[in-house]
Amino acid sequence: MAEVVLREVTKRFGEVEAVADFSLSIADGEFVVLLGPTGAGKTTTLRLVAGLEAPDGGQVYIDGRDVTKAPPAVRDVAFVFQQYSLYPHLTVYDNLAFPLRSPARRVSEAEIRKRVGEIAELLHIEKKLENRATRLSGGEMQRVAIGRALVRQPMIYLMDEPLSSLDAKLRTELRLELKRIQMELGATILYVTHDQIEAMTMASRIGVLREGKLLQVGTPREIYERPESAYVAQRLGMPQINLLPAAALPGVRAPEEVKTIGIRTDHVNIVMANGAALAAQVHRVEHLGDQNHVHLNCNGHTLVTLSDPRQPLAAGQEVGLEVVAPLYFDASGQRIEAAAEHTAEITARGL
Amino acid sequence: MAQIRVEGLHKAFANFVAVGDSNFTIDDRSFFVMLGPSGCGKTTTLRMIAGLELPTEGRILLGGDDVTSQRAAQRDIAFVFQLFALYPHMDVAHNIGFPLRCQGVPGKQIRRQVDDTARMLRIENLMNHKVSKLSAGDRQRVALGRAIVRRPKAFLMDEPLGALDSEFRHLMCNELRDLHERIGATTVYVTHDQMEAMSMADRIAIMNQGYVEQIGTPQEVYSRPASMFVADFIGSPPMNFLPLEGPVRTGDRAVSVFGARVDVPEVREDIPEGPFALGVRPEHVTLSDSAPLRGQVFGTEYLGTTQIVTVDMADVQLKARLSASVPVSAGDAVGISLDSRHLVVFGGKSGRAAKSELFEDVRHG
Repeated sequence: MAEVVLREVTKRFGEVEAVADFSLSIADGEFVVLLGPTGAGKTTTLRLVAGLEAPDGGQVYIDGRDVTKAPPAVRDVAFVFQQYSLYPHLTVYDNLAFPLRSPARRVSEAEIRKRVGEIAELLHIEKKLENRATRLSGGEMQRVAIGRALVRQPMIYLMDEPLSSLDAKLRTELRLELKRIQMELGATILYVTHDQIEAMTMASRIGVLREGKLLQVGTPREIYERPESAYVAQRLGMPQINLLPAAALPGVRAPEEVKTIGIRTDHVNIVMANGAALAAQVHRVEHLGDQNHVHLNCNGHTLVTLSDPRQPLAAGQEVGLEVVAPLYFDASGQRIEAAAEHTAEITARGL
Repeated sequence: MAQIRVEGLHKAFANFVAVGDSNFTIDDRSFFVMLGPSGCGKTTTLRMIAGLELPTEGRILLGGDDVTSQRAAQRDIAFVFQLFALYPHMDVAHNIGFPLRCQGVPGKQIRRQVDDTARMLRIENLMNHKVSKLSAGDRQRVALGRAIVRRPKAFLMDEPLGALDSEFRHLMCNELRDLHERIGATTVYVTHDQMEAMSMADRIAIMNQGYVEQIGTPQEVYSRPASMFVADFIGSPPMNFLPLEGPVRTGDRAVSVFGARVDVPEVREDIPEGPFALGVRPEHVTLSDSAPLRGQVFGTEYLGTTQIVTVDMADVQLKARLSASVPVSAGDAVGISLDSRHLVVFGGKSGRAAKSELFEDVRHG
């Protein structure tokens, strides 16, 4: 495992700048997740690290070595794709052993047996080693595909939405497994996804991408609690952050230049008492089981927040809102740090 | 608009029972969701209601009329498959008006109904656009418009949002539900996605291998599941099951889990045969140093406001939903405390929920 650095990397396809002036260091043993919608440049970034694409500008370093012009084979990376591609005529054992049997590697059969055994145990597929690859369930197949990458000890693992073709239950299970395996092996992983839950639950650090640009890099908590822009704030959190014009919330004493106020469910309390500075009407209560999503009308704007399932709320009901230490954004959507006295004052007034 | 009644509905393909003796009533103007894994019979049931499939036995009543032997076209029902199927070469108005033109409705009336529909969907400004130029969300709205324009007695929808990614799917759920409230048409919706069902339904029928396991409001099926199948299918993460030492008897107020005593809502029936399990939702688990139930943290998953903590306990894993501010990390030895008021005892081969105080409360309102 090794440190990987992208320095001011740019990649164009015709007129389109797929990756623009992209700089990121991935430390040895780190799990970095690039999060963004389709077309944000996530997969292109992975392919640039792997050497499957050549950049138009900038450099790629692996373990301190400039590999910008090096072919994929000498970069020593392992790639896991979205669609698992196993050899259907081979057993699970032979599928896992395949990368080690490459003539370029010259690993002894005894060593192969040891590595495959370790990885199979790690992935909980040790009982399936003699099965044909086609006789496995979807989740087992994807484990084998991940195992085929893990059996080698490359500089970095590159993973392109490896869980997205699985059903919800398996995805949840493998999410936790993958994180455990990464920590046990101390593996360096660059992982791309459009799924915010995968990003939040697995990443040491998340990089939020938009149109080829890396907008912010930080721990899941940093990105959730201190997003640099309204766009980044919308990428994490369910229900999504509510963005309301400052003018619609006269009770919130925001700094002068604030144009938009971002209210997460953590920033608002629903109160039954009259006299709250901010009145709202319940439009609908969505019962999602452990959580209720309450849809509110507030001065002509929609606001969605969580409420305690035991709090009795019904459509049409009038309620009051207390906004506590929300996020502030200026006209360009950049976040403005609220001065301490603002936050204190708002909290004290219960507003 | 109409009530839909299904009486003793049964469908067999040779020896395979696709739908077994199904009985339920869908109230006029309500949103009814049939939920289950693939192969559970939900789509077959929907196709029988639509008239695309004939039942082996049983009756279907639409607005009080027996329509069992009527063909699909006579039933006055709109069937919506994946919402994306539009005619790319036509503009929005022509796509929406298409079903009416097929029926030979006069042009003037078509225009009026299309305009009404557009207003309801709030897409008046798009009427002259080519559908190929529209965003994914607007295409969904147009496809819905095509179903609504006929003003049928009921809408039947078969996984209409299946092709969308999860965040967009949730947005569309809210939109569909809002639309349902505006037009108030009886809707039967089939999905394998519990979030869609919970988000939109007035009532949910959970199906398993051709049979209806439970019908209830989203809160009922979540808080008082009738079986382990339902408890496991609903919720993300689903309900946890801990092995229980049986048997259970009427009047029991506590059970034994891994040798520790756990209080439960008073049991109101005898279940002599196992296997037994104690069901607990992740949000009813808390960590407590002094609790006799012990475990070791396997992993934590940060979700912003909350976190999911997975705890190894002997040979099972238990998931807890805790506030993100609780400091806990992999490897920690922890005590587990369960909120007794919400626990469900399951027993017998079918994994049925034992009657208890928890379920009695429902009947008393």
